[in-house]
Amino acid sequence: MSTATLEPQPRVHTQRNYLNADYGWKSWLFTVDHKRIALLYMISVTFFFIIGGSFAVLMRIHLTEPQGALVQPETYNKLFTLHGVVMIFFFLIPSIPAVLGNFLVPLMVGARDLAFPKLNLLSWYIYITGGLFTLYSAIAGGVDTGWTFYTPYSSTYSNTQVTAVAIGVFITGFSSILTGLNFIVTIHKMRAPGLTWFRMPLFLWAMYATSIIMVLGTPVLAITLFLLALEHLFHVGIFSPALGGDPLLFQHLFWFYSHPAVYIMILPAMGVVSEIIPCFARKRIFGYKVICFSSVAIAVLGFLVWGHHMFVTGQSIYAGLIFSLLSFLVAIPSAIKVFNWTATLYKGSISYEAPMLYALGFIGLFTMGGLTGLFLASLATDVHLNGTYFIVAHFHYIMVGGAVMGYLGGIHFWWPKITGRMYPNAWAALAAAIVFVGFNLTFFPQFILGYLGMPRRYAFYPAEFQVLNVMSSAGATVLGVGYLIPLIYLMWSMRYGPLAEPNPWGATGLEWTTSSPPPTENFAEIPVVTQEAYAYAPEEAAGD
Amino acid sequence: MTDSEAHAQDAGLVHQFENLEQQQEADFLGIWVFLVTEIMFFGGLFASYAIYRWLYFAAFEAGSHILNAEIGAANTMVLLGSSLTMALSVRSAQTGNRRALVFFLIATMILGAIFLGVKAYEYDQKFVEHVVPSLDWAPEGEVLARLAPGGLGHAQLYFFFYFAMTGVHALHMIIGEGLLLWLVLRARKDAFTTHYFAPVEVVGLYWHFVDIVWIFLFPLLYLIGGRY
Amino acid sequence: MQSLPFQPEQASTIAKSVDQLYFFLTAVTLFFTALIFSIIFYFMIRYRRRSPDERPKAIEGSFPLEVLWTVIPTLIVAVIFVWGSTLYFRNSEPPRGSMEIFVTGKQWMWKVEHPEGQREINEMHVPLGRPVKLTMTSEDVIHDFFVPAFRVKKDVLPGRYTSLWFQATKVGTFHLFCAQYCGAFHAGMIGSIVVQEPDEYERWLAGGTTGESMEQAGEKVFQQTGCPSCHMADGTGLGPSLLGVYGHPVKLTSGETVTADDAYLRECILQPALRRVFGYKPLMTSFQGQLTEEQLNNVIAYIRALGNTPPPPPKQEVKP
Repeated sequence: MSTATLEPQPRVHTQRNYLNADYGWKSWLFTVDHKRIALLYMISVTFFFIIGGSFAVLMRIHLTEPQGALVQPETYNKLFTLHGVVMIFFFLIPSIPAVLGNFLVPLMVGARDLAFPKLNLLSWYIYITGGLFTLYSAIAGGVDTGWTFYTPYSSTYSNTQVTAVAIGVFITGFSSILTGLNFIVTIHKMRAPGLTWFRMPLFLWAMYATSIIMVLGTPVLAITLFLLALEHLFHVGIFSPALGGDPLLFQHLFWFYSHPAVYIMILPAMGVVSEIIPCFARKRIFGYKVICFSSVAIAVLGFLVWGHHMFVTGQSIYAGLIFSLLSFLVAIPSAIKVFNWTATLYKGSISYEAPMLYALGFIGLFTMGGLTGLFLASLATDVHLNGTYFIVAHFHYIMVGGAVMGYLGGIHFWWPKITGRMYPNAWAALAAAIVFVGFNLTFFPQFILGYLGMPRRYAFYPAEFQVLNVMSSAGATVLGVGYLIPLIYLMWSMRYGPLAEPNPWGATGLEWTTSSPPPTENFAEIPVVTQEAYAYAPEEAAGD
Repeated sequence: MTDSEAHAQDAGLVHQFENLEQQQEADFLGIWVFLVTEIMFFGGLFASYAIYRWLYFAAFEAGSHILNAEIGAANTMVLLGSSLTMALSVRSAQTGNRRALVFFLIATMILGAIFLGVKAYEYDQKFVEHVVPSLDWAPEGEVLARLAPGGLGHAQLYFFFYFAMTGVHALHMIIGEGLLLWLVLRARKDAFTTHYFAPVEVVGLYWHFVDIVWIFLFPLLYLIGGRY
Repeated sequence: MQSLPFQPEQASTIAKSVDQLYFFLTAVTLFFTALIFSIIFYFMIRYRRRSPDERPKAIEGSFPLEVLWTVIPTLIVAVIFVWGSTLYFRNSEPPRGSMEIFVTGKQWMWKVEHPEGQREINEMHVPLGRPVKLTMTSEDVIHDFFVPAFRVKKDVLPGRYTSLWFQATKVGTFHLFCAQYCGAFHAGMIGSIVVQEPDEYERWLAGGTTGESMEQAGEKVFQQTGCPSCHMADGTGLGPSLLGVYGHPVKLTSGETVTADDAYLRECILQPALRRVFGYKPLMTSFQGQLTEEQLNNVIAYIRALGNTPPPPPKQEVKP
């Protein structure tokens, strides 16, 4: 740890690292260094988060009045559609894998880079291209189909920019696929000597499980959007009953990807939590192998439950039965993880820096969100709750209360490693608290709204629902403030934050053995691993 | 950025790998993972096709009989031939035979081009017969008589799948031609050695995969319900 | 049970049982949330770092604990699964003798038709205490028929029929919502279910402006479209007689046997080539685009009524 000295702190890192190795826009836009690519992604996903978040702010302002306070219904429909598309495809899915995964996977396996650095850069350009198509569709009139693009509305009836956004998401899917492919090959083939599968940090297991889903699921979305675009352009009848097509076929194809997609969004966050908890409890994770197998189980089972989005479509009740059973089963590994994280705290030595606050917040909110999933897996209650604000609340608890908090926790945990700077912990802790409170205020009332019967995607609503809507919008204001604060102090820290040491948190893991920030080649010599992961205990730790 | 000065037999080694063996294993795992994604991609198309064929068999059978199975079969042989030349080019690369490598790569490209040319002719025929969904759908005469019993709307669905599936396949072949050209240019500059030939094998795997997709497409589209 | 302020009214026979499951789920959620929160809070305080040099001992895990917290959640979800599925199955079949009402959803309104001919827009009058079965279809995109107070919901699809049933237990007016996004005025596609005492309902029904029942309207469509020219009642026409057909098994050219229900009859009218009746030539043309959903519903209602008439004696088999 740093000792007090009378010398003034140096203002910039003097040793060579990946940030100062080269200057100029070309060194960034043509880089093949996974760490620089991670930063390119970080800037891009933040940009899209702001866009998607702005749409959400507009929506919540609009919903303070039963008749709608801000925009015409057609505009509102475009707002919720683009909020969903941008947040899911351009923020949540890339966030942890493309920012933290890209940065950390080579460091954690003890390699100099990913298996295919040029593919990595290509994946970022593909992401940006897809993003541009989507932004174009937003500017050129917007899309009003909902991010789920149900046919025949999207294929035959909507006259908005369906084709453009379908192309945008189609293109971005390849970014996902290439990232997943890169991670799978890297983890299989580039682990340092001594780094066996069961010595890997759990973040790597999470990245691996996520990559399996990315690689298997995303191509199905691609073909679905391809068929949708063709249908929208040529009206051939694949999904249109008037021409012999089946609108439900679209839903099956769409959800076959989009359900596993939610596990793409949550597994990485779980991986982050599995890194933070041992570090800030200074204790090996409880049930390491169980958590590994749970991650893989979630990835596999996640492909078998898509029909639970279609319980009220008139599909066979026996199909409903099978999907309901499997949906309950997929909840079990997640529950097991929550218990293991909690058990890790037992007899630990717990400190409360910002990353830990985000990780603990994740556990609480993910638990609530996951339990509300049981209401939806159960056939009889899903009939009442489907299509209402209960669903909206459920998935926001997992995606925002879970995935976004996981992302923020990860950013705060690895910030010193990525930027070589520390941020002010007091502000970070305050922001975490504001996010936690604001989040609950925003989304808890929506459970009640849903049970009362308020459907989702309503641009105006019966007056009896107003009080709960206003509560939710008030919460959204608090939540927005909570997200703005880190934006400010994190940017501030890049210039004015105190320089970080190689391992400011005293964490285990190969990434912490490098300088903060690391040199371009990560390791002068490929390390040899001799310890289990999370070797925090005195008899294991080689010493600080 | 290469280590080829130090290790002559590591020509082609890139900086993130310790040795050519690791690099090659990574390359091969990478292409297999990519081919799995392609299986899932085509899989969505095949699944949709299967559902509509099951629902509207008569229309699909009628549509299939409009196609010329003999041309389709000949084209299949052409593509199989190109897989043979591709395999021979990989063998040539493995044995360090640069002339044979370039020869077989070009032969593969030519056979692939023949396949695409025949496909273009078949597509043109569909315009002549006016059975192109949405763009030129006006079947007449004998074609109309064949398609009407199963329902013209469903026949249009069949032809949609015909164009979508063979079109996506053709797109993959065009990309393959580009990859082959890249290999030819690299081979002529002596980029490949008996130790470093992974790119040839990787492209070979891709080419064989595209070939296998056609092996499935041909009976599914051209041979529904048997002939005569 | 009195509705709590955060609960919709219970106005159907199944509402209470759905709510019971809902409250059980709420209890499970609250219990486990409280459990995890309180354990974490306790650990956070009890095991907070007291000195910078603390080095807790490693605890690998505990197989018994893993088994415990795998088995218990599995048992709990098994209970929920069985409870929810049983309730769902029980609620899926309408009781015998349900009265039928036909619903057509279209952007952005609900069209309701009673068998007696009464038509309503965005409103549905039903009698208290009788099971009501809705047969629904859409004229355009996917909609969803949702009555929170009854705890019922079902998607309404173009090109096919879906159905749901309910039995109202309270007199009053209850929200009807469209719960599947369907375009610009999705939020405006709302209406009311008006539950009346049986005699009041009968009075309302009798006061309808059209004197024509669905069956009568359907007979008109049947005649005017020219159906009898092939579907002769005595069975000597080019197409099968429709007497005694509804609800009975029909043999197809494929060898399969299907029941002549609403969905099959609709398909015969719109896509006759798909599942042809055994023993008849493929001569019927499609009426796709020639009949509105309402006319289709009415014709099918007419054929349903014919189902009660005994069929003509079977004719000699025609070589197909």
